[in-house]
Amino acid sequence: MSKNSAPVPQNFFTTGGKQTSPLRLLRNRLLTALCIVLSLLTLVPLLSIIILLLRNGLPLLGADLFTQLPPAPGQDGGGFGNAIVGTLVMVGIALIFSVPLGILSAVYINEYAPTSKLAAAVRFVAKLLTGIPSIICGVFAFAAVVMTTHQFSALAGGVALSILILPTILLTSEQALMGVAYAYREASFGVGATPFQTIWRIVLPEALPAMMTGVMLAVARASGETAPVLFTALFSYNWIHSLMEPTASLSVLIYNFASLPYSHHISMAWAASLVLVILVTIVNVSAQFIFRPRHR
Amino acid sequence: METLSNEKVTEDMIPQDITQPLPLTDDFVPGESNFIQVQDFKFFYGKKQALHGINLEIPSRKVTAFIGPSGCGKSTLLRNFNRMNELIPGVRHEGDITIHGTSIYDPSVEIIALRRRIGMVFQKSNPFPMSIYENIVYPLRIAGQKNRAVLDETVERCLRSAALWEEVKDRLNESALGLSGGQMQRLCIARAVASRPEILLMDEPCSALDPIATAKVEELIIELKKDFTILIVTHNMQQASRVSELTAFFYLGNLVEFDSTRKIFTNPAKKQTEEYITGRFG
Repeated sequence: MSKNSAPVPQNFFTTGGKQTSPLRLLRNRLLTALCIVLSLLTLVPLLSIIILLLRNGLPLLGADLFTQLPPAPGQDGGGFGNAIVGTLVMVGIALIFSVPLGILSAVYINEYAPTSKLAAAVRFVAKLLTGIPSIICGVFAFAAVVMTTHQFSALAGGVALSILILPTILLTSEQALMGVAYAYREASFGVGATPFQTIWRIVLPEALPAMMTGVMLAVARASGETAPVLFTALFSYNWIHSLMEPTASLSVLIYNFASLPYSHHISMAWAASLVLVILVTIVNVSAQFIFRPRHR
Repeated sequence: METLSNEKVTEDMIPQDITQPLPLTDDFVPGESNFIQVQDFKFFYGKKQALHGINLEIPSRKVTAFIGPSGCGKSTLLRNFNRMNELIPGVRHEGDITIHGTSIYDPSVEIIALRRRIGMVFQKSNPFPMSIYENIVYPLRIAGQKNRAVLDETVERCLRSAALWEEVKDRLNESALGLSGGQMQRLCIARAVASRPEILLMDEPCSALDPIATAKVEELIIELKKDFTILIVTHNMQQASRVSELTAFFYLGNLVEFDSTRKIFTNPAKKQTEEYITGRFG
């Protein structure tokens, strides 16, 4: 140590035991430990679901499940290809209705008239609807579609699902638009672009990744919902031929088969659960990989 | 003519009700002297008045600097020339701004055309998240220009006039967000001149740049005034004195003094101007 260096004051890095009391240190360690334990506890239900699904669902998993029709009660073999197709069709119908509606509404309430009364009303209703129980969507679609067409149908199921996911798509789209820097809009208006050009060429492409993540989450949610399709699309043991006939879905198949007294059908319900979870996981994960922001 | 410097100046002598533009002193040789005219212009954000009756005549093909402490209204005035302020809800104005003798508030004025005529460079560079090429042709694309030769020609012309061509000519299709801060700002200048405007508005264009990048942008401004009328808001006194021929000093929403930059920085007529440029307040 050189002669000129200032003397290091005593207890420079300690408080001489006055503030860092053993009790304080102990409390710190206890809380840290508690947080770790509770985090591990959170994993227990999630992991047990996956383990349970794998144990009960895996034995039946095979190509037949995806290509065959469900067996009649009491029979063996078969699959649930029609339910997978049915689920995809109904989710597709839901997207056709709710994606344009949700995104365009979000564009209006965030870009054109953010402070208008209409925007406030739309925002309020959308937030209210996100909390609505999914069975209410089913009841509504039953009254609006099933009772008017006198027919359980994939269309009715799709409508029920579209009402369920519309608020999510609208609100996540609005969030996505809000996330686009004002500087981009300013730059675009500054060179003489119209609001439409600014939205179409600059704002929407920039907001698209976040919007699509919202859409994918909505798809994941819709494909697993049972209540909205339970008494709108009903169920079917056949392939779907038209949108205006009772249609099978994975979620209703699980519900129906799990309550049957045949062990083969109960096993199929497990397999269907596993397939559903895998499908939803694929959708969720792919959402994060496909829609990367451009030019970063 | 009685010069303003002979007045006995008091601390609160901010002109509250000017009806005539301030006269310029002799050492300024005007181009088209009344190219831009601001007439008794008042501006309000909701109930808050930001500009109190501004009168100003800005000549063409010159660099005019707007200086003054934060909140003095210089940016507000600047953003009225291309009516960018109207994007903010609840604003209104009184008085008039004319360019080439035409009011920018005339009902026949298309705001889109106005903004094509008046380019703007912002405080923080804001290139679009696209390629360098697409950034520059954006003003042409939105105007419906599809001819590849015209687009290519514009990109080279604008990048050259923004002194950026040599640096980026081999990576025109790469993202503009990969450029350095100074390059991004020069790209924004290139984009601003792509629609062949007559006026360039610059809102503190160098405030986010390092000294070397600032020097490049300043060189560019001096080069660009051959073709454009440039209005620049700046907090940097040296910058105002380096690049501008005319300087307007604003304080509390009033135009305190407007004269040749040399006059403002060597022998200002108002005590407040002198105090501001010497750094005693602001």
